[in-house]
Amino acid sequence: MNSRTVETLTFRQGVVDCVPTLLGYLSIGFAAGVIEATAGMSLLEIGLLSLFLYAGSAQFITAGMVMAGAPIVSIVATVFIVNLRHLLMSAALAPKFVGYSPLKNFLIGAQLTDETFGVASGRLTGGERHADRWMFGLNITAHANWIIANLLGALLGGWIADPERYGLHYALPAMFIGLAAMIVTQRKQYKRDLLVIGCAVGGFALASLWLPGHLAVMAAAVLAAVAGAVTER
Amino acid sequence: MSVSLEFLWMLAGAAIVTLIPRTLPLVLISRMKLPGYVMKFLKHVPLAVMAALVAQSVLTSGESWRSPADPEWLAFFPTLAVALLTRSLLLTVVAGVCFAALLGWLL
Repeated sequence: MNSRTVETLTFRQGVVDCVPTLLGYLSIGFAAGVIEATAGMSLLEIGLLSLFLYAGSAQFITAGMVMAGAPIVSIVATVFIVNLRHLLMSAALAPKFVGYSPLKNFLIGAQLTDETFGVASGRLTGGERHADRWMFGLNITAHANWIIANLLGALLGGWIADPERYGLHYALPAMFIGLAAMIVTQRKQYKRDLLVIGCAVGGFALASLWLPGHLAVMAAAVLAAVAGAVTER
Repeated sequence: MSVSLEFLWMLAGAAIVTLIPRTLPLVLISRMKLPGYVMKFLKHVPLAVMAALVAQSVLTSGESWRSPADPEWLAFFPTLAVALLTRSLLLTVVAGVCFAALLGWLL
């Protein structure tokens, strides 16, 4: 620890730090809105889904299963499995929000996504003042962007043909690549980080032989984080 | 503009099972003193999750493997280069989209 003064964060700074993620979730949310509308959901239902479920892959799957006429129980069970990875992310963020009220931490977690998790774990060290305000700035911006994207997709989806042609679907993978690269260049523990990455990628490839994609992501992440932890003395 | 009762039940169920794993660790763990090995594990979770998500989105499409000649596969390398060189998330996203569009158009 050095003697640097404690950094004070603001809501506004959280909003600004959210900007690089907007394009990725705009394009995914737009696509989700198109599919939700195709599945027969009304605009109000799509708004409610984006407000209360607020999860990319889960919304795609929900729309698909609604369209296929799946029973509610199996939709809910599938959503649970797809979103289980948040458990890991919420746990990893927890040490950075020590000292805030349970209600505040509940609200912070309620809007946790892959992207806000990625940005927060790259940005927060745990020593900042008002990390809660910053997180709300990040979360609320991301959530608003998501709701708008879903509604736009539902409204305009029919008019825009083939968004893949413009590479927009790659905004999300690019964001994950960028977030991973930021973490590695910040920590400067290249050997161990390469091991973690290797285990995550290898673990994913292996796990997806038996598991559906979302569980494979979680299994690979646990394996890789364990590998990182045990090689640390 | 209508909301069916069935939709509301589905939404309530899906929202609750999503909310619990999102919030429970943040509410509980932030109030505990964790042993060292758990902290070490949690420290590596962000990179582990991001790397696994990159693997999923670059290597697979839906539940099937991509061909190594896919634009999504090939765009990975220049996108990573931009990420490491610029260390800017925004530039990485913009560059990734451009590479994917360019490769999709070339291939």
